[in-house]
Amino acid sequence: MPQVIFTSALERHLACPPQDVTGATVREVLNQAFAANPAVRSYVLDEQGALRKHMTVFVDGDAVRDRDGLSDGVKPDSQVYVMQALSGG
Amino acid sequence: MSHSPSNRLFVATRKGLFTLERAAAGWKISQTAFLGDPVSIVHIDRAGRIYAALDLGHFGSKLKRSADGGATWEERAAPAYPEKPEGVDDRDDNGTSIPWKLQKVWALADGSATEATDSLWCGTLPGGLFRSDDGGATWELNRPLWDKPERKGWFGGGYDWPGIHSVFVDPRNAQRVLVAISCGGVWETEDGGATWSPRAQGMRAEYMPPERAYDQNVQDPHIMVASRENPDALWVQHHNGIFRSTDGAASWQEIKDIPRSGFGFATAVHPQDPDTAWFVPAIKDEKRIPVDGQLVALRTRDGGASFDVLDNGLPQENAYDLIYRHSLDVDASGDRLAFGSTTGSLWITEDQGDSWTSLSAHLPPIYCVRFAP
Repeated sequence: MPQVIFTSALERHLACPPQDVTGATVREVLNQAFAANPAVRSYVLDEQGALRKHMTVFVDGDAVRDRDGLSDGVKPDSQVYVMQALSGG
Repeated sequence: MSHSPSNRLFVATRKGLFTLERAAAGWKISQTAFLGDPVSIVHIDRAGRIYAALDLGHFGSKLKRSADGGATWEERAAPAYPEKPEGVDDRDDNGTSIPWKLQKVWALADGSATEATDSLWCGTLPGGLFRSDDGGATWELNRPLWDKPERKGWFGGGYDWPGIHSVFVDPRNAQRVLVAISCGGVWETEDGGATWSPRAQGMRAEYMPPERAYDQNVQDPHIMVASRENPDALWVQHHNGIFRSTDGAASWQEIKDIPRSGFGFATAVHPQDPDTAWFVPAIKDEKRIPVDGQLVALRTRDGGASFDVLDNGLPQENAYDLIYRHSLDVDASGDRLAFGSTTGSLWITEDQGDSWTSLSAHLPPIYCVRFAP
């Protein structure tokens, strides 16, 4: 099953261990991860559900393209990394 | 009525929140929190709880609260804009689409200026005013102000988006609230936020074409403060001058013949004497540094007719400190003031500005200075 792994920089603010989840899109796997750990959502997504400006998500090494809709596909064995973009300082 | 002086000071900076306390030996940093994280605003409510708004570069704005003087913190909710309704194309007068997303927490004020409650007002970029009645657990955007058609005429001053930086709740009537916006003038509600009216009559904008110089909706009050015991006496440090109101913001008068410069960001007014106010000037908007490299504060005791230039204890050569709009505060006694600069220097006076003491020259850039009540 896909695994969602959060940047260690987030650990400074709240606990967010890697999670095994199900789902076929970035939106679906992130929603599952947030369901188990609700506090993380507002750190990764803005109030309209889009990826925050200075956050990035990689699926198997590729940055997601659909930053608002999060419709990029996720395979059953994908690794989904939630990282901070260096543009954020 | 006299009040005892404050012995505790909170300093929000680009890299953390610092608490200073006055001991027998003088003021010292006694506590730090959020080291490394930008803190855009610190607010102490009437119950003594401390609110700190974090402005995290990657993870967005967060609101923290401490009920034990800053020893421990709990996470509260940051205000969240509602979903933009289908079909709504919210553009400013320049045609730029306005995001319905929190950009920065820029003002926090108690919902009541006289009682300890769980009510708060929160001013934000891109121009929304929020209300909480549960101590920041949940927030609601004030739609009557947000839905004003005039909002599309607001614009950013130093930021991409307009922002509410000043919220004043009338101590005689908490239903009456004034907000000041960069750049969107001053607005007043007398019914708890159900209806709003412009209150920037008399302000003048040098950065506009002459025919729009007195347009209330384009004024850039950098900060607005009211005298606690004379709340109809208000002062504004504006983008191109200093303005004063003696009638509760119904009208504003421009202060003339200001020594050094009329440009700056911060002002404070004496809590009991509305004719006494302080400012920390910089040269002008294109040169945001002290005049001649000499850092001074200005004090008027006669409602702006004349000013004292206060320099005792402040650096008088090669000083390039700029004082941001929330970085000057006066305590409840009116004797103690403190201000902090973009270059991380912090000064305090215990005699209304006659003499200043440097508390640090090595803090991160300072965003907000607040005395404990």
